[in-house]
Amino acid sequence: MMTRRETLLGAALTSLVLTAPAFAAAADDIGKLPRQKIDLVAPPFVHAHQQATKEGPKVIEFKMVIQEKEVVIDDDGTKFQAMTFNGSMPGPLMVVHQNDYVELTLVNPASNTMPHNIDFHASTGALGGGALTLINPGEQVVLRFKADRTGVFVYHCAPGGNMIPWHVVSGMNGAIMVLPREGLKDRDGKPLHYDRVYYIGEQDMYVPKDESGKYKTYGSPAESYTDTVEVMRKLIPTHEVFNGRVGALTGKNAMTAKVGETVLIVHSQANRDTRPHLIGGHGDYVWETGKFSNPPETNLETWFIRGGSAGAALYTFKQPGVYAYVNHNLIEAVELGATAHFKVDGTWNDDLMKQVSAPGPIPNAPSN
Amino acid sequence: MLLALKLKIAVAALAGFATPLAVAPLVIDRGGDRALDAQQAIVEIAPGAISYRLSGEFTRGGRQVEAPKGALRFDRPVAIMLHQVSAADYQLCVDDGACRAMTAGTAIRADRPAIEVSWHDASAYAEWLSAKTGVIYRLPTDAEWAYAAASRFKDDGLSTDSTDPSVRWIARYVRESEIDRAAAALRGFGGFGANERGLLDLAGNVWEWTSTCFVRTALGDDGRALNHTSNCGVRIAEGQHRAYVTDFIRDAKAGGCSAGLPPIHLGFRLVREPNTPMALLRKQFARAAS
Repeated sequence: MMTRRETLLGAALTSLVLTAPAFAAAADDIGKLPRQKIDLVAPPFVHAHQQATKEGPKVIEFKMVIQEKEVVIDDDGTKFQAMTFNGSMPGPLMVVHQNDYVELTLVNPASNTMPHNIDFHASTGALGGGALTLINPGEQVVLRFKADRTGVFVYHCAPGGNMIPWHVVSGMNGAIMVLPREGLKDRDGKPLHYDRVYYIGEQDMYVPKDESGKYKTYGSPAESYTDTVEVMRKLIPTHEVFNGRVGALTGKNAMTAKVGETVLIVHSQANRDTRPHLIGGHGDYVWETGKFSNPPETNLETWFIRGGSAGAALYTFKQPGVYAYVNHNLIEAVELGATAHFKVDGTWNDDLMKQVSAPGPIPNAPSN
Repeated sequence: MLLALKLKIAVAALAGFATPLAVAPLVIDRGGDRALDAQQAIVEIAPGAISYRLSGEFTRGGRQVEAPKGALRFDRPVAIMLHQVSAADYQLCVDDGACRAMTAGTAIRADRPAIEVSWHDASAYAEWLSAKTGVIYRLPTDAEWAYAAASRFKDDGLSTDSTDPSVRWIARYVRESEIDRAAAALRGFGGFGANERGLLDLAGNVWEWTSTCFVRTALGDDGRALNHTSNCGVRIAEGQHRAYVTDFIRDAKAGGCSAGLPPIHLGFRLVREPNTPMALLRKQFARAAS
């Protein structure tokens, strides 16, 4: 396994050497580009950004600190040995524009117990950067890649072999959004804007149970490993959640919007297929496969996010109320946790919907 | 319609009673396990009145309105359990073969409530305890629970009669969201304190089943009920908020179309009927009929 990775890394290095002159010239140019430092924020929120820009490409600096920590993932208090990018499940959404350079400082503090790295699906080469970013506790690394294509893309930890799926379903996944420099457009080239953007990272979790059926707790990620892999190999998650826990986006943490506002919902699932659906609403414009160079589909009821990818849906709310945003495998939504809520303020539109007659007895029903 | 249904039940019950009643000795014998009855920690609440908002949904002129509120009088004392039925007590019923087993792995403790029980489980326990002790135990009605809970009872009125259905929807959602739902871990009896009547743990993290069905009532312009439909497949569980829960559910969950918040745990406590001759007679009828 290590051998295989080294071989791949070797191949990557060879190609780097062969094309070195061209890259060296490019690197000089990159040194002259303006730099911008961005502080990431925890999902479902997204750091401030421009939707379209007239400026030229920049080097965008991000920093993420990896945190291994115990978290609670449901209302029953089930404890989970999480591994996280920057402390949240999923990791934060990074936003840049096409042809910007993403420069990430990845920190693995000495307090952690395991090596970690990062694989950006948006990047090209070296296993998505994974082969260049493997760091032990007490180390950090800086990776730069060119965001040469637009779309929303997953990133995740991929430290080799059996560690890969385990780190991903333990929380080490997130997404990056590479916007077209001129912003989003519909299929006819008409600009599309959003008033708010939310990032939902869906994750399947596999928590071992003891003989009596209670979820087990562990002192560290390593101690949980053997039991967890046994559950993972059966491919039936014990939890399927948005943003790290059952109810992370409901109640006080429900997402908000107003009637007339357009919301962009970025949805990633780094490991397993899902099918988002906004109950009582639609996807006005949906990039189901998440790549903005393809025209968005319109007026969707449910859209499919392939495991290992991210998608984006744009919707203008037309009616106030509480909306459930679910994985429309409703077993996963209700029993396993993949439910979020939008609380939308505004004025009800009777034209779109009206309760013509309130519930009551059936008229002229035979009495019994 | 409902009246007709009640009449039907009464007729059926009479038919059922007819034979055994004729041969049963008309001696009122308490019988049962007096020790088990004496073990029940009961709080007797003196007659009195509370301000009570009716449960269920109300419509007027074809749209939903706030449920009416008024003074509710209790002319007789209400004798209700000091705390929720414990896991250990519930287990006695399971061991007797009269109750369904609790979820695997439940700690059988005398100082923790039985949770993850459905309305049917709670009712089965009440029947078992009644048969065992010779005293009638039953689930409280929603009104009795409110009377016992006193200041722990949460008025779920929403002071909006707006024609915009989202106003009521959002108001309810916001109110339920404001409840601090942090703690799902069970506490020992008394862990959520006592109310002014001395009852323990009301409106903690365990919602309590009541016998009250979900009823939808249409009101006329004068505020009087024109008609109602009743669904007893859904019963009220009382706690931090009034919850309408399907009777066979043991572990309520939200999600999908129901955008409200579910009870954290489902448990119960029982009311003990006074041992009046009428009550004992009723019990004997019931036993004869079953």
